[in-house]
Amino acid sequence: MTDNLRAPLAFAFMGILLAIVGFTQSWSVSLSIINLCLISSIMAIGVNLQWGYGGLFNAGVMGFTALGGLTAVLVSYDPVYEAWDKAGIGILISAIILISSITLVMFAYRNISSPQFRNTSIVLIIIAALIGINNFYGPSIDVIESINPAKTGFLGGLGLPIVFSWVIAAFVAGLVAWVIGRITLRLRSDYLAIATLGISEIVIAIVKHEDWLSRGVKNVSGLDRPVPYEIELQQSEWFINLVERINYATLNSVQTISSRQELLNDLIIVSSGVFVKLCYLGLFLSVLLLIFYLSHLALNSPWGRMLRAIRDNEVAASAMGKNIFAQHLQIFIIGSAIIGIAGAMLTTLDGQFTPGSYRPLRFTFIIWLMVIVGGSGNNLGSIFGGFFVWFIWIEAEPLSIGFMNLLASGFEYDNPIRIHLLGSAAHLRLFIMGLLLLLALRFMPRGVIPERIQKK
Amino acid sequence: MDNFELVNALVLISNFVLIPALSYGSQLALATLSLTIIYGVLRFSNFAQADWMSFGTMTTILFTWYLQSLGITGGFLPTALIALPFAIILTALFCLLIDRSVYSFYRKKKSQPIVLMIVSVGVMFILQAIVRFIIGPNDRKFFDGEKYIVHALEFKDYFGLSEGLTIKSTQLITLIVAIIAMVSLFYFLQRTKMGKSMRAYSNNEDLALLSGINPERVVLITWVIASALITTAGVLYGLDKSFKPFTYFNLLLPMFAAAIVGGIGSPIGAVIGGYVIAFSEITLTYAYKKFFIYLLPENLEPSGLVQVLSTDYKFAISFIILVIVLIVRPTGIVKGKII
Amino acid sequence: MSKFLSCTNMTGGYGGEDILHSCNIEVDVNEIVVIVGPNGAGKSTAMKAMLGMINLKCGDIILDGNDISNLSPQKRVAAGIAFVPQSMNIFSELTVEENLEMGGFLRDENIQKTIEEIYELFPAMKEKRNQLAGELSGGQRQQVAVSRALMTQPKVLMLDEPTAGVSPIVMDEIFDRIVQIKEMGVAVVIVEQNAKQALKIADFGHVLVNGENRFYGKGNELLTDPEVRKSFLGG
Repeated sequence: MTDNLRAPLAFAFMGILLAIVGFTQSWSVSLSIINLCLISSIMAIGVNLQWGYGGLFNAGVMGFTALGGLTAVLVSYDPVYEAWDKAGIGILISAIILISSITLVMFAYRNISSPQFRNTSIVLIIIAALIGINNFYGPSIDVIESINPAKTGFLGGLGLPIVFSWVIAAFVAGLVAWVIGRITLRLRSDYLAIATLGISEIVIAIVKHEDWLSRGVKNVSGLDRPVPYEIELQQSEWFINLVERINYATLNSVQTISSRQELLNDLIIVSSGVFVKLCYLGLFLSVLLLIFYLSHLALNSPWGRMLRAIRDNEVAASAMGKNIFAQHLQIFIIGSAIIGIAGAMLTTLDGQFTPGSYRPLRFTFIIWLMVIVGGSGNNLGSIFGGFFVWFIWIEAEPLSIGFMNLLASGFEYDNPIRIHLLGSAAHLRLFIMGLLLLLALRFMPRGVIPERIQKK
Repeated sequence: MDNFELVNALVLISNFVLIPALSYGSQLALATLSLTIIYGVLRFSNFAQADWMSFGTMTTILFTWYLQSLGITGGFLPTALIALPFAIILTALFCLLIDRSVYSFYRKKKSQPIVLMIVSVGVMFILQAIVRFIIGPNDRKFFDGEKYIVHALEFKDYFGLSEGLTIKSTQLITLIVAIIAMVSLFYFLQRTKMGKSMRAYSNNEDLALLSGINPERVVLITWVIASALITTAGVLYGLDKSFKPFTYFNLLLPMFAAAIVGGIGSPIGAVIGGYVIAFSEITLTYAYKKFFIYLLPENLEPSGLVQVLSTDYKFAISFIILVIVLIVRPTGIVKGKII
Repeated sequence: MSKFLSCTNMTGGYGGEDILHSCNIEVDVNEIVVIVGPNGAGKSTAMKAMLGMINLKCGDIILDGNDISNLSPQKRVAAGIAFVPQSMNIFSELTVEENLEMGGFLRDENIQKTIEEIYELFPAMKEKRNQLAGELSGGQRQQVAVSRALMTQPKVLMLDEPTAGVSPIVMDEIFDRIVQIKEMGVAVVIVEQNAKQALKIADFGHVLVNGENRFYGKGNELLTDPEVRKSFLGG
């Protein structure tokens, strides 16, 4: 099989898989899978830019995703004015103390030459900052969290349309990536992996425990939607007409008026769900195509060629006077920003922000799997990987349960082995993912759609 | 302030900070030694380390249950200590199996360390799945035997203090086992021919080959030793607290932090790093309110908890220390490998 | 009668284009053979080929009457060939004495006697025996490197540019020691950039150009040969 045929064949295969789901389960399920596939593909492109083009291992994809999700909340949720009135000032003062103390510590670290004096002043700054923050922060969060705790209990957001958050999420994730990158990218390559693993755990800890910011594990639900609500659609004239027109033949074959009305109502309900998903699909697909197009432009520019030159031979590239660090930092920031966008999109799709659901397996390692299976160094491959791996991930669950049922079928109903087997189905999914990663690395290290070898 | 207040304050700190940190530090040091040895000899950051620890501990628990079912117990000592050697053998065999079927392929191809690191992520998944499949994701306690060496109430009565000191037997066992393990490891590395050849291989692979050191033999010994260390660390941690796969997975970051803080690839560094991380974690998340109440006059007593960071952010401390070390001294405390 | 180690008709390279073309190198015990030639002539490659570190397309390597052409480098070390690479030739994180012990890794008997002999040859090593090899000066590191190779009690010692990057005084010292080692009954092969000085101590010299033998002769003959002088020794 020539390399040129691989991509169309891979996507055709994916299309067939999704169509099978559409026919056997329902088109609504198929569309839900596609929407998550699209988001996964965007994340995979972000990771691919970092790994496939830059050779950087980001083990903290989860953290950047969660930052995107948090941004979605903070941009779109209406501000809780009462909380701002009563305690906003305390939080602001704490933030100012935090930022100024970090600036002071950095200033002291860089500019005080006597080590003894430098270290004492840094320690003193930190102690002063801790005391200051303790005075304002604790009482303020108590006040915030006590205001209508069942519904809000946090500061809320800016009350802007949620689509704005997709852009802002890119900046937030990029900013965090800049900090991490500056610290670790000069060092050996695994340090970046470990540092990103750490920062992502911290981001998750913050969104889980800082209730005043994100309501923590109480979740923020009822987020603003960029697309219409099903219930609105079901009541709007144009939508009912549209459904009627599409299903004209089916409806006319029904005899009585009342059963026709009943069927129409059913069709409207089903169609409204499908319509909403299609709206999301349109939005996500545009973002994916835009990101794909922009990265295509960037990677085929001199900048992109330099990036690959560095990845392939760091020593030679640095001998040629290329600034490896700056290039790595740029690609790391860009990749993380894209992951941030996808994170915000995911929260938008869910309509809620659930810090407890961020697990490294689901949000970091699955994305890696997508990049590796798809073909690192090829964005088209990442898109395919996003679709394929997400599909496997979704379908592995019923498959595991089915497999376990098969294994357990020989046992009595209340046999402990049977109960254990059935209870362990979820772990089989982990196993499948791990095996997929190992098999891909071993037998298809270049992925399904490999990187095109550039002619010199 | 009278002397009793001072003694009470010291007992309080020993009870809640020093002793727990010492035992957690020993456990972390053993785990980090395992990580750093793998890093030094096989040259990759092993992301499967924490789940490998789960695996080793799980095997120990299974052996413990088996021994208990036979009526064999450790008396006043935990039965797990008898099960440990068997579990180490099994874990090491399992590791060698994984090495043969997975890692050795990339080693022969001389793949980049980062590729091996990604491979270890795959192994991590599989280990996680196996552990959860066999023993389940829930909390397991497998401690038996005498629970306390010094009990808080008795201590209070005996010394007439208002603060009690508790020393759990697991804490003492941890310390003793850890010291034995570390001393024998360092003896092995510094004094025996095999240990020296391991260091030589880690230092300069090509020259080791030219000197006739058999690389596969070194790799084999490395997996066995690293398995022994990680299983021991996991069992001590589990005896002291409890065994839960997800909690063990969360030890990955402290392990990496300890290895890098100490100087990655350096065994002494791993031990130092383990204690540094453990002591920082516990001292920075302890609420010192009571301590200051003992020490300060009444009008100066603190109103808050006097806690630097909430325990929710325990592992953030590993990370912060890691970042500070990367900025100030990227080679770690003991100079490790940086390239 | 061929020499103790004779490599004939070596052809091959690192997998791409051939670097060596029917190259022959011979050395006998109590003899120093120096391989010189311009940059890229295949000097180091020839040495690596003799050691089995690259796969040759053809060529025979006979050590003391035994064909060792198909042995791995480690087996050749066990058969009596020792090699001192040009760089990374010591265990920098091990002490000097541990470096020697690792050199003798393959030997089962007591190696303490050999260590003492080497300390006699390089007294500085004895002084620094417990210091990390990586902390020594450049010349001392070379001594550690050579000592490590000698620990197998080799019959053939190969050195890849042993004087690269050391001062002229240290260079003379190293060459003196190499002569001493030869006199212990060892066949020595040296690849050298410092051709003039090396040929002075050499019994025989090979001049390689483009992977082929161009000149061969006694060391002092080559030194005085006008053509060799003109093309390779800078007049």
